[in-house]
Parts: sequence; C-alpha cells; structure tokens
Amino acid sequence: MFRPLATLGKYTLATLNEIGKVSVFAVHGIKNCFIPPFYFKEILHQIMVVGFYSLPIVGLTAVFAGMVLALQTYVGFTRFNAEGAVASVVVISITRELGPVFAGLMVAGRVSSSIAAEIGSMRVSEQIDALLTLRVDPFKFLVAPRIIAGVLMVPFLVLIADIIGVMGGFLVSTTLLDFSTGSYISQTIQNMMAIDVISGLVKAATFGLAVSIFGCFHGFYSDLGARGVGNATTSAVVSSCIGILVLNYLLTALFFGT
Amino acid sequence: MSKIIFNDVHKSFDGGLQVLNGVSLSINEEESHIILGQSGCGKSVLLKCLLGIIKIDSGEILVDKISINDEKHSKEYLKKFSILFQGNALFDSMTIIENVIFGANQINKNKSECRKIAEEKLLAVGLERRVFDSYPAEISGGMQKRAALARAIAIEPEILLFDEPTSGLDPITGGVICNLLKDTLKSLKVTALTITHDIKVAEFLSDRVSVLNKGNIVWTGHTQDMETCGNEFVENFHRASNAISNKQR
Repeated sequence: MFRPLATLGKYTLATLNEIGKVSVFAVHGIKNCFIPPFYFKEILHQIMVVGFYSLPIVGLTAVFAGMVLALQTYVGFTRFNAEGAVASVVVISITRELGPVFAGLMVAGRVSSSIAAEIGSMRVSEQIDALLTLRVDPFKFLVAPRIIAGVLMVPFLVLIADIIGVMGGFLVSTTLLDFSTGSYISQTIQNMMAIDVISGLVKAATFGLAVSIFGCFHGFYSDLGARGVGNATTSAVVSSCIGILVLNYLLTALFFGT
Repeated sequence: MSKIIFNDVHKSFDGGLQVLNGVSLSINEEESHIILGQSGCGKSVLLKCLLGIIKIDSGEILVDKISINDEKHSKEYLKKFSILFQGNALFDSMTIIENVIFGANQINKNKSECRKIAEEKLLAVGLERRVFDSYPAEISGGMQKRAALARAIAIEPEILLFDEPTSGLDPITGGVICNLLKDTLKSLKVTALTITHDIKVAEFLSDRVSVLNKGNIVWTGHTQDMETCGNEFVENFHRASNAISNKQR
C-alpha cells in the first residue's frame, strides 16, 4: 500500500538533492567569477566558442522564425481583417520571446553539450585532478570563464537574432505579402518598445547563465567512462532546455505579468 | 625523519565498499617508496587521499607534521606535491610547452622566466624542441609521459608521486621512463611515492616497498626480502610476478 508513496518520496528527495547540488555549484561558480585570479585567455576562448561560433546557427534559426511568424500571423489575422498588424506582432514576438528562447535553445544544444563533454572528458582523463595538484582551482579555470562567456555572449547573440528575425519577417512581408517597405519599417519602429528589447536581453543573460552552469555541472560530476560522459552531455542539454523554458515563464511574468 | 605519515587511514565508498582499512605507513625524507598491490586493492585511492582529492573517513595523513585535515595550512600542504598521473593528464587544449608553462606559472608569475623553465625541464626529460609546439594527441605515449614529468617537476615539488608510471608503455619505453624517473629523483633529491603492480619497477626505483592488500599495508621492506618475508600474500605476489617475467623471457 505504501510502496507507491515510498517511491514518490524517494524520487522527490533525489530531485531536491539534485536541485540543492546545482544551486551550491551555481553559487560557487558565480562567486568565482569575481575573485582573482582571472584566466583571460580562457575567457576569450570561451567567448569565441559561445558567441562567435554560435552565430550561424542562431542567425539561421532567427531568420526562419521571423519568416514563419510573418506568414502565420498574416494568414491568421486576415480572418479578422487585421493583417496590418503583422509588423507589430513580428517585432514584439521576436524581441520578447522568439529571439531569446530560440537563441537560448540553440546555445543549449550546441554549447551546453560541448561544455559537459569537454569537462566530463577532463574528469575521466584526470585533467581536473591535475589542475588541483598544480594548485589551480578548477572553478576559476573551467567554470568561471564559461559562466562569464555565457552571460556576456548570449545577449549579444539574441540582439543579432532580434535583428535577423525582424529582417526575416520584413523579407516575407514585402516580397510575398505585398506590404510596402516604408510602412512595414515605420510600423516596426513605432511598435518596438525599449522594454521589449531589454526584457529579451535580460532573459538572454539568464539563459546564458543557466546553459553554462548546467553544462559545467553535468560535466564536473560526470560518471567515468564513455557512457558517463555521454549521459552527462544528454543531461546537460535536457536540463538546460527545461531551465530555459521555466526561466522564460518566470521572467515573462516578472516583466509583463499584471 | 618521516616526511609522510599515514595513521590508521580508513576510506569507504557508497554501498559500503571498504577500500582503505586502517592504512598506517611512514615514508622518510628523500626516500623512494613504492606501494605494490593487485589491481583494485586501493593504491590509487590511497594516492588521491594523500592529495586530498578524495576525503578520508577517519585516521590522519601528515606531511611534514601538517595534517591533511588542517584547513588553515591546506595550501602549504598541497604545495609540497606534484604527481605524474597514470594517463599523463596533459591538458589537450594546450601544446606540450604550454602545459609545462602552465605548471611553472603557478610558482613563477614572470612569463618569459616560465617559458625558460619549461624549455629547460622539457629538454631535461629528453624531449626534442620539435615537439614543444605539438598537442598531446599528436605525440607518442612515451613522449607524453616525459612531458607530464616535465610539468610535474616544473612546480619544484618536495614530494613526487608516480601513479603506475610505466602502464600502457612497451617494455623498452617503460625501461627508458624508469631510468628517467630514477635520474630525476637522484638530481632533485625529493621524496617519491610510486604506486605500481609491476615488481620490476619496484625493484628498480625503490628504497623500500610496502605491499597493499585488501585495504591494508601487509608488509614493508626491501624488494630482495619479499620472497622470504613470511607473509603468504607477499610471497605469492612476488612469485607470480616473477613467473610472468620468466615466461615473457
């Protein structure tokens, strides 16, 4: 009779334990971003990995998101004779939601997995132990640079995604949907508010933090062997994606909730 | 004078697996001490406990009278060590010379001096300049071992730890590495603790040997006395090792 309850209790405790471990790891990681020594070469390298190398995939995602959004909005809004609002819907949706979430999910898939795999392999091949014996704090050398890169570069990616996404909508609207260039641009500028972009960038920084922390955490505590590293990579991507969706709701409620 | 003291050290892992079961051992200054034992007997765990990578459950480890549990002096404690890992543990995102500079940089903040130290150490372990800018994956296992040794000695340790120094190497390269380790110990005059299951390595490198079995040190002495020490496990271990060596011949 009590077996299902016991199982439920066991899983609840395991989940709480995991959340506790991630939280402690995150606090320790963030703290080390502000305490010297700083490994600038490593920070620059991670900025390149997280930011520059993610640009193509984030750009591609944004342009298609903008194009699809313009098409779908047009088709839907025609039913209510409101097709004139396409430009406003595209810019608000891209800057508030689609830009940050899509960019965050792409970075989660690309960067979180690579962070987990890299740190997991370092754990397996004793490179993290080697850091300790060389008197280097792995949190300062491995975790802090990735957190800094994530927090700085995901907003940058989202800014680019916002521009490309809006351009995607503009391209479809002016070439396929008979919108005039001038009125589309003026509508876009009129309806874009600073809070839309700012909320998107705040979300992006938070997503960057979540992606880097989950990647580092799962890599750091990866089980030994190829399977262990594989599992760590999967867990990093899954928890980063879930984290992004949960944080997105919380931040949306914070910024725009009544 | 004792440099390292293990005093009744216990360590178990999740599920109740008792790996170290009251290890007591004393290693003298400038001594080359070998810990011999079967695979899975807890040799590597003992080494990681000594470095504080794995926390001991009970007992005490003292290095120059500083306890591993003394958090106030943990930096001073750790500064004394350097280790040559079984798999070398070279950072694969760095070139060979960058690996050694990274080590040297922890004791010397001057970049040009660190580079000089790194070149000096790499040449001392017999690596040619042409491999300095190669990545670890681009050179052989023997060269990686030399590079890892160069990184280990670049931080000027008082105690050198060797974890299975010849594992994964062919007998000729293994012999060359053993000679290199012996020369290094002779020139640096440091205390060394090596863990291995290879009795030939023990015979070549050791001043004294301790045999670890089922989480406990069952015998300490000189390799030449192993065969007649009176401990059944040690005698069997010695006999089995020699039988394999004779068959290989």
